[in-house]
This record gives sequence, C-alpha cells and structure tokens, in this order.
Amino acid sequence: MARMATTRRVVISTAAAWLFGFLIFFPILWMVLASFKTELEAFAIPPSFLFFHWTTENYATVQERSDYFHHAMNSIIIAGGSTLIALLIAIPAAWSMAFSPTRRTKDILLWMLSTKMMPPVGVLVPIYLIYKSFGLLDSRIGLVFILCLGNLPIVIWMLFTYFKEIPRDILEAARMDGATVGRELVYVLTPMAIPGLASTLLLNLILAWNEAFWTLNLSTSNAAPLTTFIASYSSPEGLFWAKLSAASTLAIAPILVLGWFSQKQLVRGLTFGAVK
Amino acid sequence: MATRQTQLLARSLLTPAVGLLFIWMIVPLALTLYFSTLHYSLLDPGSEAFVGLENFRYFLSDPAFLASLQNTLVLVGSVLALTILLGIPLALLMDQPVIGRNMVRLMVIAPFFVMPTVSALVWKNLLMHPVSGLFAWLAQLFHLTPIDWFNDVPLFAVILIVAWQWLPFATLILLTALQSLDEEQKEAAEMDGASAVSTFIYITLPHLARPITVVILIETIFLLTVFAEIFVTTGGGPGLQTTNIAFLIYSQALIQFDVGTASAGGLVAVVIANIVAFFLVRIVGRNLEA
Repeated sequence: MARMATTRRVVISTAAAWLFGFLIFFPILWMVLASFKTELEAFAIPPSFLFFHWTTENYATVQERSDYFHHAMNSIIIAGGSTLIALLIAIPAAWSMAFSPTRRTKDILLWMLSTKMMPPVGVLVPIYLIYKSFGLLDSRIGLVFILCLGNLPIVIWMLFTYFKEIPRDILEAARMDGATVGRELVYVLTPMAIPGLASTLLLNLILAWNEAFWTLNLSTSNAAPLTTFIASYSSPEGLFWAKLSAASTLAIAPILVLGWFSQKQLVRGLTFGAVK
Repeated sequence: MATRQTQLLARSLLTPAVGLLFIWMIVPLALTLYFSTLHYSLLDPGSEAFVGLENFRYFLSDPAFLASLQNTLVLVGSVLALTILLGIPLALLMDQPVIGRNMVRLMVIAPFFVMPTVSALVWKNLLMHPVSGLFAWLAQLFHLTPIDWFNDVPLFAVILIVAWQWLPFATLILLTALQSLDEEQKEAAEMDGASAVSTFIYITLPHLARPITVVILIETIFLLTVFAEIFVTTGGGPGLQTTNIAFLIYSQALIQFDVGTASAGGLVAVVIANIVAFFLVRIVGRNLEA
C-alpha cells in the first residue's frame, strides 16, 4: 500500500509549512516594507503593514547622501574579483586532483579543508599589521586578496567534487583520439564542468558578498563594500530606519536572487560533500 | 594512463593552490606566534621586548577571558540547540506533501543570504527596539511590558539573531538528508504497524545522525567567530555581556592596540577551533573513501 497523501494531510502540512516559512521570511519582508515608508511611519506605533503612504524617496536619498553606488561597486569588485581569481587558481588544482589522483591527494584535500577551519580572528593581528605596512588597509586589492584566499579551499573542494563525477572514459576516449591536454581541457572537460563551475561561482560570490569579518576590520571608506557601509548605520540609532531599510534592501536584493538559484548547491558546497 | 609526463603536469597544476594556501596558513600564524611572545603595543612603538609566556598568562587570567569564553560557549551552544531543534521539525514538515513547496523553500532559505550586518541592524532596530520595534508593539497588544532586548537580555538577543541566520542552513541540510531516505523503509515499518513516533525514532532519526553531526561541526566553526552581529548591535556590551572570544581579541588588537595580548588570544582561538576541526575533518575524510 503506497502512502496516500490524504487531502486533509496535504491541507494541514501546506498551511503549517507556509505559516512557518512566512514567519522566517518576515523580518526581510518587514525591512522591504519599511524601505517604502516615510521616516515617521517607519517607527510609528502602531505600525502600518500595507496601508501607508508608499514612497521611493528613501532610495533616492540613500544614493544622494551616502554614495551608495560607490559601495555597491566596491562589493561587486571585491566579491567578483576574489571569486574569479580563486576560480583561476582552483580549476587547475581541482582538475589535477580529480583526474590524476596520487596517494597524497586525500591528505592534500583534507589539509586544504583544515586551513578553512582557522578562525580569522587568530590571524587578525598579523594581517592587519602587514596590510598597514604595505598600505593595503582600506584598499580593494587587499580585500580581494584576503577573501580569495579565505574562500579558496571551498572553491577547490566544490570543483573537485564536481570534476570527480565527470566520467573518465570520455577523457580516455579523447586522449585516444589524440587530443592534447589543452584541447581536452577546453573541448571536453569545460563543457561538462560548466554546471559545477557555475554553482561554485554563485556560492562563492554570495559568501564573498556577505563576508563581514575582514571587510569590517580592513576597510573604512574608500574600499568599504556594502557590509561595512550598512554597519555605519548602527550609530545614529533610530533616526534613519527607512533609509537603512532602503540601503539594506538594495544590498541584499541581488544576492538573494542569486542565492535562490543556487540553494540546492549550497548544501553540497558548504558541507564539503559530506551531505549529498 | 598516468604517464610520467601527466603526473608532472598534474603536480604543476596543483602547486599554485597548495603554495598559496600554505603561505596563507603559515606566515600569519607564525607571526601571531612571534607577536604573542612580545610586549608589543601600537601605542608605545619601539618598546617591543621578549616576554616569554607573559601574554598568555595575562590573557588567560584576565577575567574578561573567562567571561568571553563563557559567552562564546553559551552563544555556540544555544544557536546549535535552536537551529537543530527547530530545524528537524521544519525539515520534516517541508518533507510532507506541501503545495508550493518551492516557494516555502525560498522563504525559509532567505535569511542565510542576508549579510550579517543587515540582519543584525534590521533585528535591532525594526524588531527589537524597546519603543518602536515590532516586538514592543506586539507586547503592548497583549498588555505585556516590552522587553529592552539589548539591555535586559543582550546575549539572548544576539543568539536569536544568529539562530535566525543559521536555521535555514540546518533545515536545508536536514531536508536534503530526509529526501534521500528510502521511502520503502518507512512504508515497510508502517505496514508492520509502527506508529509515526516510532518510525521517527527508529528510522528517521538514525538516518539524520550524520547530517546533524555535520551541521553541528560546520556551524560550530562559523559560530565560534561570530563578529559582525556583535559589532553592529552591542559592541560587546553592556559591560562584557556579549563579548565573545573573537570580539575580545578584536578589541584588544584594534581598540586597545595591545598586539602581544591579542596575538596570544588569537592562538587560544586557533586551538579551540582546531579541536572542532579535528572531528569534522575525520568525518569528511571517511566520506572521501567511498
């Protein structure tokens, strides 16, 4: 007897799932709503949920007053740059470990994983001092570099697990037909690896975009990405809720959309293949 | 066909990644180790002197260390408990026949993609503000006294924010594991007359043991160094009530400019993280064999 999904059961579980899903999502929704309110309405009691005077002026003011796009551009450069460089370093490494494994491959992989376990605060002092003496504090290149290294183990691991699933017979066949390693990489491996590459790229963009230890500690204004920019709203408490909400909405919207596309790969990527 | 040539090529492709990660791991760590043996204050340049283990003695015997260690453990433990105890029923619920499951999934996963500074400020201002926050209004609605979250229960407030951020991760991993559970096994149990509760205890829960372990280990790695949420909400206060180890080291290094002590603290943090990492690496390593 197959387990029949009775109507009653579907109705109850659907209602419960939507209720809890909505509750979890609510803070984000509430923030988006607040971003369309006037400052007065944003902290009015009792709060208005939908019937307020909708306005988009906060979005305009955020840009005028605080140069939002400058920080958004920093975020794009830092997250994008660090992810691309990490991919460039990781692709050959993962390719090599997936297709020419040696006795030490497993040890190397686990060692790479262990570098990710090092708490950033453990090396905050030397990194800060090194950056200070090389003039890298509050520079985009400095943040690109550190986020790239920080995420490199995850990138290598994700690519490795994807590459390993590519059937080796195809590579052998290409080799028999006389393909060089370079051609093999470009014409055989790359097309098959594109889904894996895409999800690795997405997940790491998200991680780098939201990274808030190094960005808070190593940037102040020039190179400050959105994480640092939003944090600067923490001081004038209570006065700029609508603008804070508008800035926050802009800061998370692109990454939320990317995240929704890559949510299934997230599990795999962040658990290093331990849960499939 | 692993010829000598391809092996050589494979090695040269691997070298840049290994080299960079090696430098990234060794150089800062060696410097931390070196600084930790010095009297080294940025406010007093040129006075660096070797002091042996003095910094460690100072850091470990500082009452702030014990307080922040306790806060760290409470924070990590509570967030783990909340995310797993709420994540299991939520994952079970989402594994049921739900109309529009993909939409529910999107709503549940969303907090994970919100940058920590945004979620901390949204919770602090829009929800938890003692006068104008939504929670205060709800409390008034039920004729209760609104809670002044960041003064009365600051650590709990931080815990709630961080748990909200990590609940999606736990739920998603548990849901993925549930979906790989053999449906026939459950059916067989049902045919044998097992109740829903005993099916859960004897079939589902053992199946979840491994993903739960993975959630615990990975969350612990990240939770040990929670920083941004504290940085933008409480700044470690009031007093030391929300200072965890990561924040303590940060304040010693970049607020008090005491490089030596902060480095000693950094090494203590590395040791704590390594204990957790040891177990995680073993679990992942076992998976690599298969």
